[in-house]
Amino acid sequence: MIRIQTKAYGPLDVDERQVLHFPDGLLGFEKFKDYALLDAAQKPFFYLQSMDISELAFVLIDPFLFRPDYSVDADDALLSSVGIERPEDALVLSIVTVPADGSPITANLMGPLIVDRASRRGVQAVMTDPRWQTKHDVLAELAAAGK
Amino acid sequence: MLILSRRLGERIVIGEDVVISVVEVRGDQVKLGIDAPRNVKVYRQEVFDSIQQENLRAAESPLKLPDLGL
Repeated sequence: MIRIQTKAYGPLDVDERQVLHFPDGLLGFEKFKDYALLDAAQKPFFYLQSMDISELAFVLIDPFLFRPDYSVDADDALLSSVGIERPEDALVLSIVTVPADGSPITANLMGPLIVDRASRRGVQAVMTDPRWQTKHDVLAELAAAGK
Repeated sequence: MLILSRRLGERIVIGEDVVISVVEVRGDQVKLGIDAPRNVKVYRQEVFDSIQQENLRAAESPLKLPDLGL
């Protein structure tokens, strides 16, 4: 176990299997490459907690939960750069934005995080399909998916 | 910044294996063809910018998460 400082829960022991490495970081956060993936107390969210600075954490969600039609069309070379050779190797998560003003929470389907389950290396991919935007209203699309 | 003038159909070669050609010019819009190896990532700048901007907004998310009823 590794003890880390988290934004949401203070000091926390994490298993090394929860530690993810993003060799290129995330867009705008290129310097920070090591994160721990935590279950949030509020399901079905996760936290991507920076191992470097406790104040840096992203809320994540499984995009297929509210968009069963989501598909990730990423470049093979990009995927193999983190060790993904087959679709089942990949864990796909979307970054959630919770606006402070109470407007609807959104998920970024244009820049999904794709992680190789075995090596736990990941990359933020860039989708070119115009269906996938940076701000998908999670509750509205969840309701639409349930119909 | 290096600035080059090119006519329709002309090309620019970058490094060993990236070739950019001017495919069409119509008004203020230019269509470019890009030949690059698969490991060279080519994106529109605004796509990159919008993901980066959204990451910055996401990092400001408060800790209270909504109940999705799941």
